[in-house]
Amino acid sequence: MKVKVLCRNPDDYVRETTRDIQRVPRNYDPTLHPFEVPREYTRALNATKLERVFAKPFVASLDGHRDGVNCIAKHSKSLSTVLSGACDGEVKLWNLSKRECLRSVQAHEGFVRGICSRFCGSSFFTVGDDKTIKQWKMGPPGYGLKEEPLNTILGKAVFTGIDHHQSEGTFATCGQTVDIWDELRSSPIRSFSWGVDSFSCVRYNPVETELLASCASDRSIILYDMRESTPLKKVIMKLKSNTLCWNPMEAYYFTCSSEDYNLYTYDMRCLDSPVRVHMDHVSAVLDVDYSPTGKEFVSASFDKTIRIFPKDGGHSREVYHTKRMQHVICVKWSADNKYILSGSDEMNIRLWKANASEKLGVLTAREKAALHYNQKLRDKFQHHPQVRRIARHRHLPRGIFRQKRELKEIKEAQTRKEQNVRKHSKPGSVPLVTEREKHVVTVVE
Amino acid sequence: MSSKSSVEAAPAVMAAEDNDEELSSLEDENVISASEDEEGSEDERKHTKLLEAISSLGGRRRMKQTERSEASLQVSEFSVAADGAGEKVELSDLLGTMEKTPGAPNKTKKQLKNLQNRKDTLELPLSKQETEKIQRGVAYKKSSREVSRWESVITQNQKAEQLVFPLRQDPTGHKRMEQVVAGWKARTPLEQEIFSLLHSNSQPIHDPVLTPVEEASIKAMSLEEAKIRRAELQKARALQSYYEAKARRESKIKSKLYHRVQKKAKRRDFLKQFEEMVKTDPDAALEELKRMELSRMQERMTLKHQNSGKWAKAKAIMAKYDHSARKAMQEQLEINKDLTQKLAVPSEDEDEEKNGDEEAGALPDFVNDPEPILDPVNPWMRGKLSKEEPEPEVEASTEARDEDLEVQQQQEEEEEEENEEEKLLREFERKRKLREDEDDDLVPVPQEEENQTLPVAGAEQASSIEVSAEDGSKITDNNDEDKDDKVDEDDKDEEEEEEEEEEAEEVVSEFNSLFNRLMKSNTTPAVPDQNEGEELLDEGLVRVQTMEDLEALRKDRTNEANQEASVPATDTPTAPESASEPPNKKKRRRKEIDLKKVLTKQATVVKVPLAPTVLEEEEEEEAEVHTEQAAIIKEAFAGDDVISDFLKDKRKQEEAGRPKVVDLTLPGWGEWGGLGLKPSKNKRRKFRKKVAPPPPRQDKKLPAVIISEKRDASVAAHQVSQLPFPFQNPTQFESCVRTPIGQTWNTQTTVRKLTAPRVVTKMGAIIEPMSREDLVPKQKSNEAKRGAAILLEEKRERGKKKGSGGKRALQQKKKKMQKQKKTKE
Repeated sequence: MKVKVLCRNPDDYVRETTRDIQRVPRNYDPTLHPFEVPREYTRALNATKLERVFAKPFVASLDGHRDGVNCIAKHSKSLSTVLSGACDGEVKLWNLSKRECLRSVQAHEGFVRGICSRFCGSSFFTVGDDKTIKQWKMGPPGYGLKEEPLNTILGKAVFTGIDHHQSEGTFATCGQTVDIWDELRSSPIRSFSWGVDSFSCVRYNPVETELLASCASDRSIILYDMRESTPLKKVIMKLKSNTLCWNPMEAYYFTCSSEDYNLYTYDMRCLDSPVRVHMDHVSAVLDVDYSPTGKEFVSASFDKTIRIFPKDGGHSREVYHTKRMQHVICVKWSADNKYILSGSDEMNIRLWKANASEKLGVLTAREKAALHYNQKLRDKFQHHPQVRRIARHRHLPRGIFRQKRELKEIKEAQTRKEQNVRKHSKPGSVPLVTEREKHVVTVVE
Repeated sequence: MSSKSSVEAAPAVMAAEDNDEELSSLEDENVISASEDEEGSEDERKHTKLLEAISSLGGRRRMKQTERSEASLQVSEFSVAADGAGEKVELSDLLGTMEKTPGAPNKTKKQLKNLQNRKDTLELPLSKQETEKIQRGVAYKKSSREVSRWESVITQNQKAEQLVFPLRQDPTGHKRMEQVVAGWKARTPLEQEIFSLLHSNSQPIHDPVLTPVEEASIKAMSLEEAKIRRAELQKARALQSYYEAKARRESKIKSKLYHRVQKKAKRRDFLKQFEEMVKTDPDAALEELKRMELSRMQERMTLKHQNSGKWAKAKAIMAKYDHSARKAMQEQLEINKDLTQKLAVPSEDEDEEKNGDEEAGALPDFVNDPEPILDPVNPWMRGKLSKEEPEPEVEASTEARDEDLEVQQQQEEEEEEENEEEKLLREFERKRKLREDEDDDLVPVPQEEENQTLPVAGAEQASSIEVSAEDGSKITDNNDEDKDDKVDEDDKDEEEEEEEEEEAEEVVSEFNSLFNRLMKSNTTPAVPDQNEGEELLDEGLVRVQTMEDLEALRKDRTNEANQEASVPATDTPTAPESASEPPNKKKRRRKEIDLKKVLTKQATVVKVPLAPTVLEEEEEEEAEVHTEQAAIIKEAFAGDDVISDFLKDKRKQEEAGRPKVVDLTLPGWGEWGGLGLKPSKNKRRKFRKKVAPPPPRQDKKLPAVIISEKRDASVAAHQVSQLPFPFQNPTQFESCVRTPIGQTWNTQTTVRKLTAPRVVTKMGAIIEPMSREDLVPKQKSNEAKRGAAILLEEKRERGKKKGSGGKRALQQKKKKMQKQKKTKE
């Protein structure tokens, strides 16, 4: 006779040490856990709601400037240090973690037009309305010494922008011409001009470090190679573009902010039409900066808002505004991909979270896992109308809201009219022009 | 070249100071005189040149008075004006010398002449703008090509499941010893002492991972090699055990005839071999001779075969009566004679051993059986190693001497086969000797077992067993399937009718759709871009801050959504019960059928509108196509009654929507139950529930329309109305939504994988832009991956060929090992 005995293997339930995690037996049989889709849908809905509830992007405001903030620069080696130049010629160094001004320098007479930090982070350059380029030490001057620049270069005309090379001792300025300077020389080593008399912005390509691009006042964007004696190519658009920014992870893409309320992402190998048109602003876009991951960029506009666009999305994913923030002149995305800095007309620099509902500080492993799960759920159910509605809802100030509605109406009217014209003219005589093609006038070689 | 103009211009441009010019002319003269001294042959020419120089002097002086210019241009570095510095070199001057030199080829002379005679002017150089444009074009092309290098990296990053920033991260965790040691030096005397000690032990300091000895050992044998070797050894051991078993068994054979035959065969073989050896390898033959000599010497020294031993004495007693004993003794003596002779054939003292064995060998049979090693993983064990079949010993012992020849033949045959095995064994042996790290416990394989036989019997038996097992399993499978089939058939009988009907419907609807498509082909409306609007944020004046607000927001919008949703007729793909695509399509298409036809039910043939007759030649082809199509359609729908099909369809849907009686009777409750018993009528009546009729169908009064009743407006607000962008069909999207990602349904690791974020950043780390170093190592790593892939492929190949014979496997192994070594190098 065989006797059957209940048998349990202690290895299955006894911990080796008391520090071990308790073994929790789980049965993943799908019949025991029914309604997976509805349950996950509810979770996704809750996750989206919570995301919106916790969306508090504004972190801090740095006040201290006595005029509008005209330019901001990131320190290339320190995350917590930021430089800003104001319209009264004052340059301030800020510590973000303490939210205080470390140092202020009366750098120029008139506007500080451009500011950039050297790649090693030991010094920074400013250009101003007083036709000078000044190099300053990052650290404070010794006790009893006056704030004095390391170098001063007196130029022939006003400089409107400056950018430093990624890894070499050269920098580029723009004004009447685009000049490439060696740090050790007082005259430019190269000077590009191509039928234009003023430029508003010049930027080095951070990846292909010898390439440059500039925005000119004749509505054109010009590409340069530092090693060549001539510019490379020029694209003329319908309206002038104010600034541009290269994608730090994708060498041939750059985005420019235009006066016509839009931003345009170009592939530098094919300038005939932009790769993407990013619309949402209701006034001129003044500044743009890419996130260091190259996945998104932030734009500052004259309409008193900041918007965050995915690099290949036509519309913004986020809009930031406060009651007190006026025309935003400059904006920067911090080098750790976490924060956004904006400098505006009303003398304040504002610090925003790049991800509005992100929890700051150290997260436990469980928190992290929950966040990731919620994020995935939101992504999974993002197309469902209820989820989408909540995820996409944003508050806008009345003025901007109205302006937006008005613009929409105008646009609708235009398209309607175009359709009508097309309908009543000979077929083929009014060709369909895509949005991307509309804004480019010509490409000049 | 406008040589004439330059001749005229030269004096005008020319300028020099008076004094310098005079000096220079004087010098000229000196030079000329010097040259005259050297070469007296061309004095005439020199003279004329001198005259020319003098005459030109006079002319120049007049010019110089009128013109003054900067002195530095004409003054040479030796503060003396160089002659002709201001003059332009003329082509004719250069060519003149060319014609006189004898070495110059005629061709070039001709070319130069042509050049001189040309009258046309050269083209103007390009304008500055144009040259710049060309320069720009070239530069742009170059830089865009340069930038395109990043394309692969960029697309790779775009497709990546997860991106970790910063791109270049120092490896976390423990650093390698070299890195730690590099920045550290011995300072205190104690440390220095320890260092010196380590040095004396040749313990590497700056590369402290492995000592040279360890490194050597690693180099000697990688894991792979070790595995292969182990397998080899296993095989060798197995072979050896077989041989041992066989040897033991053979030693137990008592048949004298057998042994005699064997011995003879051996001797014959040896002789043959020796003769061959003399021909092919005289050195080895010499060696053999020496060995024979040695054995002879030994024989002469001992009394081994002198019939003086115990055995011989016993035999001697028997010899009187026993013929065989006498013969044996005779043999012994013969051996002795042979050995003591010059160049006798040596023979091992096997007989003695065998006798000893006979005396001692009282072991049971199973001891001698080869150990059964069946290692499926070991490719070495898959060869023709097998258990031996029982020997033909019985035959040998019983059969008469007549059959000696046959036995010998057999043995020869067997020997041939066995030789292969021995070769293998010898191979192992050799290899083992080559590798100096030798396992001591391994018993050396006996090399001289030439006469033993290894009959090859199949692993076929085993395989046949496997096959039979498989068959059995197959049979059972079939049984299962049969059962299933039976069950299915029962169901099928019920379903078949319905299916047939449905199929017929599908065919009809397909025809309908085809027809409609053809009809509609001319008018394809432009599809509006929907993606553009989808990304928009819902920006409004309402600020939502709490969950309540969100709820309210949702409610407000749901009402709207309901209204909106009721308008479009498309159903959501996510709803499990919602109508799928095909019925919708049917419905839409059916709308185009003429109302009158439906109402009258008379027209059975569908009339196709005739293609418009166009006079223009260009459109004639199209018209032809149209008529053809119309003909096709006519043909297709010739016997088809589309309308009645439609009506049937509709009736069916109505039927399906009608409430059904639900039977809730349970057998056995309140009554007797059991086989063959049915619940009573009374009970059934009691438990049959009728469901309340649904609201009337929407298409009740519309004869030409079927409106699906499956769509639920209350659910529609939560459903996706359009197929979202990245998905290509509803099933994709549905499957995406249906697979759960939560911990409730998945294991921990799966959840971690499923919920991995797209972008990972490190807190407090600066994310540098991509640099050229990121471009290069990626390519390198790709190459490395490719290398790994190659290795994997090799492994796979090996896996495939495992089944083949042991010897072949061995050869392949060897080859592969060589290959691997090469690749590693």
